Amino acid sequence: MAHATTAPSETPAQVTLENLFETPRGRDLLTCIQCGLCAGTCPYGEVIEWAPRRIISMLREGQIEEVFASDSLLACVTCYACMAKCSRGLRLTEVLLPLVKEQIFVRLPEVPAELQKALSNTLRYGNPQGESARKRAAWAASAGVPIRVLPQDPRPVDVLWFVECYTSFHPRGQDNCRATAKVLHALGVDFAILGHEEKCAGECARLAGETGLFETLTDQNMKVLGKYQFNRLVTSGAHAYDAFLHGYQAAGLKVPVEHTTPFFAARLDALKPLLTKKLGYTVTYHDACVLGRHNGFFEEPRRLLGAIPGVKLVEMTHNRVNSICCGGGGGGMWLDTFYKAKGYERLADRRVKEAVATGADVLAVSCPYEVSRFEDSLKVLGFDKKMVVRDVVELLAEALGS
Amino acid sequence: MNILVLMKMVPDIVEELEVGPDGKSLDPEFQRPIVSERDEHALEQALLLKERCGGTVTALALDTQDADDVLFTALAKGCDRAVKVAGIDGPLATTEVASLLAKVIPAVPGLAPSDLILTGCWAIDDLDGMVGPLLAERLGMPYLGIVTGVGAKAGEGRVTVAKEYSGGVRGEFGVTLPAVLGIQASEKPPRYVPVAKVRATMKSGKIDSVPAAAPDEASQISILQMKKPEAAGRAEMLEGGPEEVAAKVLDLLSARGLV
Amino acid sequence: MSGNIWVLAEHWRGHVSDITFELLVLGKELAGGLGCPLEAVLLGHGAKGLAGELGAAQSVLSVDHPSLAEPNPEAYATALAVLLQEHKPRALLVPLSNVSADVLGILPARLRVPLANFCKDVGVVDGGLQATCLVYGGKMETTVSVPGSTVVLGILPGSRAAAEGRVAGSPSVVDVALQLPAEGRVRFESYVEPAAGDIDITQQTVLVSVGRGIQTQDNIELAEELAGLLGGAVSASRPVIDQGWLPLTRQVGKSGATVKPKLYLAAGISGAPEHVEGMKGAETILAINMDAQAPIFAVAHYGVVGDVVELLPLITDAVKAKKG
Repeated sequence: MAHATTAPSETPAQVTLENLFETPRGRDLLTCIQCGLCAGTCPYGEVIEWAPRRIISMLREGQIEEVFASDSLLACVTCYACMAKCSRGLRLTEVLLPLVKEQIFVRLPEVPAELQKALSNTLRYGNPQGESARKRAAWAASAGVPIRVLPQDPRPVDVLWFVECYTSFHPRGQDNCRATAKVLHALGVDFAILGHEEKCAGECARLAGETGLFETLTDQNMKVLGKYQFNRLVTSGAHAYDAFLHGYQAAGLKVPVEHTTPFFAARLDALKPLLTKKLGYTVTYHDACVLGRHNGFFEEPRRLLGAIPGVKLVEMTHNRVNSICCGGGGGGMWLDTFYKAKGYERLADRRVKEAVATGADVLAVSCPYEVSRFEDSLKVLGFDKKMVVRDVVELLAEALGS
Repeated sequence: MNILVLMKMVPDIVEELEVGPDGKSLDPEFQRPIVSERDEHALEQALLLKERCGGTVTALALDTQDADDVLFTALAKGCDRAVKVAGIDGPLATTEVASLLAKVIPAVPGLAPSDLILTGCWAIDDLDGMVGPLLAERLGMPYLGIVTGVGAKAGEGRVTVAKEYSGGVRGEFGVTLPAVLGIQASEKPPRYVPVAKVRATMKSGKIDSVPAAAPDEASQISILQMKKPEAAGRAEMLEGGPEEVAAKVLDLLSARGLV
Repeated sequence: MSGNIWVLAEHWRGHVSDITFELLVLGKELAGGLGCPLEAVLLGHGAKGLAGELGAAQSVLSVDHPSLAEPNPEAYATALAVLLQEHKPRALLVPLSNVSADVLGILPARLRVPLANFCKDVGVVDGGLQATCLVYGGKMETTVSVPGSTVVLGILPGSRAAAEGRVAGSPSVVDVALQLPAEGRVRFESYVEPAAGDIDITQQTVLVSVGRGIQTQDNIELAEELAGLLGGAVSASRPVIDQGWLPLTRQVGKSGATVKPKLYLAAGISGAPEHVEGMKGAETILAINMDAQAPIFAVAHYGVVGDVVELLPLITDAVKAKKG
């Protein structure tokens, strides 16, 4: 079973449908053996009409237009499951699906209202919530630790912490970034944020098919990043991590890029002694699609959780590479109404049932979308008294005891 | 049917609004103009009419900050032509805009006569009037506003217009063309256009520029002061975390015999 | 030249609108300040009987003509233009409502007289008229002077208490015969009633009303659950209706219904004037909004700065727990 991790330089930045078969990764797609592991592993395999193997088959037959006319791939939440399981190691979620989803998106007679709003807001305000950019760093005032904001203090810094949208504006996301700030501070990391100059990294817009928006955001963010000097970029957003690692590096981002979870795991020796408060939780960890399947960070979050005194770790049936997506990627975060109208089960509901079955008190996550999606599912399914959702970093901050 | 859509930029009230140093206008810092929401509906209604009856749609705006973005987006959505009126010297009151447009529109090659001029029925900064009826009067056209639907058959010289009243009641009016209609809401929500299409339109499309004329009329009211409204009776705010607040709301409801 | 204060007596489908009475109260104050009479202008066809309700005015100018049978803006503007040119009142107060807004736009253009729009208040200062106008969705208030011997003022709902304007009386009624065209370029054809079978939100004791803050059509269920528990129904502000998430019959506000429930829970509604006019009479108004500066908090009795999607289920749970 091929487990795909991608070095930044391997992913083609400017692959189009026209030049697809001239690129190595594009030509690889033609070697599909039609085994169907992709369709079988897809969490929405029952409702998606065009699984990757069928798309490739249509490409080979020159009938790809029929795929573009269907809207069923709006249900593709780009969870990397098909790519992880592909017996040929084809770059399905990296190369094929974004291209196809883009073509579908531009042909949609009507873009579902919620998705339309999220995309319009992102273009105009730099965040899907439609909040004023000026309020993007408002959470910092109550973080409890000093936070340097580069527009106000542009001195060189070691770590540029790219906070992202749900973390900046959503109340539960703000809990996450306040926790992150605490842990960064406790480790003595020299860090700063972009404040109101930060805009959405746009990865989910891209994977929903809005590549034009992704390009616009990349241009804007690269201009802003170019104003400051920093040694590395660390982000709380899992999807943003992917964007920086691939799209932005292709656009000229030279510094190393990390996600907060592996970043903290790499500093566990310094962090562990600071985790003094005992948390008597049984925790089950949900592997985020981007961090886990796509980038291979399975053990890092578990090491962090294991380092917290009093935490007992239990695993769900589908863990690590087999994790079931929360349904937020690829535009899914803004298509719940659309999925509901079509009668699709919510992926987060499915996942939460598994989590509850472990008997754990806490469902730990490391992607901002997961928090609101799983909390919603817990409520809807009536489990919200049994289990809470916490980002790994929230648990670390709690264990800091300060 | 040839339709002209008038679009204007207004302050975006998502942003914090502050009064500027002159005490009479908005502080331009942090202000980013946005297209007037009703005008977006007017554009959508025009595009729907074009899809149904054929013809052309021209979008027109004054050449103010960010108007280019709006006009290119209109082209990307399906407008046949975009026109901007250049040489505007500072902010204009609605009366002045209408007077200016009344002179410019008949003089733009290929623009007049339009069968229909659509624009939003009101905007958030229409202190001294609404551009639709003002323009209609100067051009000698009939005006009907608060419009939520337009039925047209090509070549008939009239349209049936749905006007919104209250309680969900609509009034149907027959309007002789050419006419100006003030749109409240388009029959479908304004459509989305992919950013790539707008960017492509910015490269390949063009906006015709026509020179502004000096308005014959000025606003006859004068602004003495602008300030944030003092809430006469501000709400009693319920504080606390979500569960605490929910409990307080429950108390409120119980106290009123609702639970 | 009369120099009087005039109020356009708006009536629709046989009833004098509430806002007309509000304008009569305001008009009376202005007339007092200027030392001139207050007159009501009643345009219609067979509507003269309504003059008896306009006792707050000293006199009523009544114009009866077939072209005025329904509030056709073109016909109304034509009639008013003739009246204003002939009588030259100091000010004509026009309601800012769906029925009269077009007239407000056309008339000053035709007569080339000043218009002050979105007025929430008008006063006499040093013998001149000054208006306080709400702009930018109610987020700013401008004070304007309206000079001129004849001016038109667009008055927002809620400027005064309608009850004070409902004065029983017999104002002198002056029949004005005008030569008006039988038919113009704008012709009223018919009214279209909203789809039957939905509930009447004006009859509900509790309304949980959703605005943009509800975010998705799905989330409306959250409001429905709470409304059901409280024995009420869900209503909405314009953006939700425009999206097609709820039928027109659920709309509260200028183009919707005016409601006076025991409890109005504004969930994710910013409180723009067009909405507020439809619900400000509610007995208790509780507003939930993410924006601490939202204008709704000025009209609400109780407010919460928060996310309705988060809070509605919590409130529902609390109510369920209490009910046992």
